[in-house]
This record gives sequence, C-alpha cells and structure tokens, in this order.
Amino acid sequence: MRQYWWKILSIVLLLYTFIAGLLIKVPTIGNLYETIRNLFFHVPMWFGQLILVTVSLVYSIMYLRKPKPHYDIMATEFARTGSVMGVLGLITGMIWANYTWGAPWNNDPKQLGAAIALLIYLAYFVLRNSMTDLDKRGRVAAVYNIFAYFIYIPMIMVLPRMVESLHPGGKGVEGNPGFGGDSLDPTMRVVFWPAVLGWTLLGTWISTLNVRIKTLEDKKHFS
Amino acid sequence: MKKFITTLLSMLLVFIATAQDTANDTATAQSTGLRADGKIYVVVAVIVTILLGLYVYIIRLDRKISKLEKHS
Repeated sequence: MRQYWWKILSIVLLLYTFIAGLLIKVPTIGNLYETIRNLFFHVPMWFGQLILVTVSLVYSIMYLRKPKPHYDIMATEFARTGSVMGVLGLITGMIWANYTWGAPWNNDPKQLGAAIALLIYLAYFVLRNSMTDLDKRGRVAAVYNIFAYFIYIPMIMVLPRMVESLHPGGKGVEGNPGFGGDSLDPTMRVVFWPAVLGWTLLGTWISTLNVRIKTLEDKKHFS
Repeated sequence: MKKFITTLLSMLLVFIATAQDTANDTATAQSTGLRADGKIYVVVAVIVTILLGLYVYIIRLDRKISKLEKHS
C-alpha cells in the first residue's frame, strides 16, 4: 500500500504553522514589527525549494548512473515544484521588502542571486523540452540539472554572505542565513522548523502527483 | 481518509475554542470570540480555510490519480 502518513504530517504541520505563526508572541527586531512573522512563510519557501532541487539533483545523478525513465521523471517534477516554490519565495520576498526595505526590488545580492538561479532553472525546462529523443533528452537534462544546482548554491548561499546584503547574514549584518547558533529566537524556532518540514512535504506531495500523472501518460503512449 | 479529515476539522475547532477562552479574559462587548486581539483570529480562520480547501483539493486529486493507476 502507498504510504500516506507523511501527507497527514504535512497537513498537521502547516495547520500548526498557519495558526501558531500568527498567534505566538514574536520579538521586535528593527523595523520589522509584525512582518517578522513572514519568517514562517517566506523563508520556508526557500528552504523547501532547496530541499526539492536537492532531491532533483540526486535523481539526475542516479539517472546518469542508470538511465531509468523513472529517475528522469522524478528529477524533472521535483525541479518543477522547486521552481514554483522559488517563484513564490521571490514574490513574497518582494512584498516583504516593499514594506521593510522601502522598495520591492533593492538589487540586494540575495534577490539578484535568487532571480538568476530561477532563470537558470527555467532554462533547464526550456532545454529539456527542446529535445524529442527521449534518451538524449534525459541525459542532457540530467547533466544540465547538476550544473544548475552547483550554480544555484553559490548564487543564493555563498555570494550573499560575501558582500553587503539587506538579508541577515551578509557582510556587516548580524544573523546567520542558515539559522545556526543564537541568530534565530527560540520562540520563533518552534514554528519555523515545522513550517520548513510542512512546506517541503507539501512540495514532495505535489511533485509525486505530477510524477504519477507523467508515468500514466508515458504508459499510455508506449503501450 | 474521511476519518482523517473529520479529525483534522475537529482539531481546528479546538484551536478556535482556545482562542475564545483567551479572548474572554479581557472581554468587552465588541471584542470577544474571533473579534478579540484586533480581529487577528478572523485572519487565522481565513487562511486556515484556504489551506484546508487546498488540501481537500489535493487529496481528491491524489485519489483520482490512484483510481487511474488501478485501472491501467
């Protein structure tokens, strides 16, 4: 039987996030005020996206080692859901930035990095769909996906830490973008990490639904 | 699956019930129940409804795909 306990876990965690995320007491930091609650909704988009594209990367590597069509489908669909979450992350970030940094787009290194990384992932789908030979398409897409991932990581995690940034964790800015040590208030941590897990599980759920549809379609095509 | 949905819904009711309890501590005629604390509970109710609606949708989609998989 198909396992579904993690789907229920996702529902429970996100219900908890939405309720506790709005109701718990939050610390007042800078000019953030109540918008600090966006940490429970905007930031998990990026954490979830990172996990989803990492799953995609793993399946791409597996496909190159053993070209099973299933691996190719998994890699594509996880990258697709990851990209959707990335777009949502970018939009929610712009809304947040508009009210705390003064403008939706500040050419912040992390904003630029995230935008470039998203374009690189869009190119993955363009490249993939441009090929009709299934075997070739799978292999080229997998190679490109690995390349995309290793551009994506420096773009959103390394470069923003090396230059001045409005995001936490930049040069001369307090806090750690990876939320290590004391930089995340303990009261916020009890909502933040469940939120990350909940969104990641929801992303996985949507990805697997797409994988199952794609598998059904392929079965119909080749039988 | 139906059982889980009812369980989840009843869990939601528990949250609303506790919200009312805390509201009653500082109750005035106009700001009780979901109207307490600057009516933030209304927002909570709205976004939780949207979330639940999306989950009902995705669960139905999941079951439809399962049915298709069984037939093929």
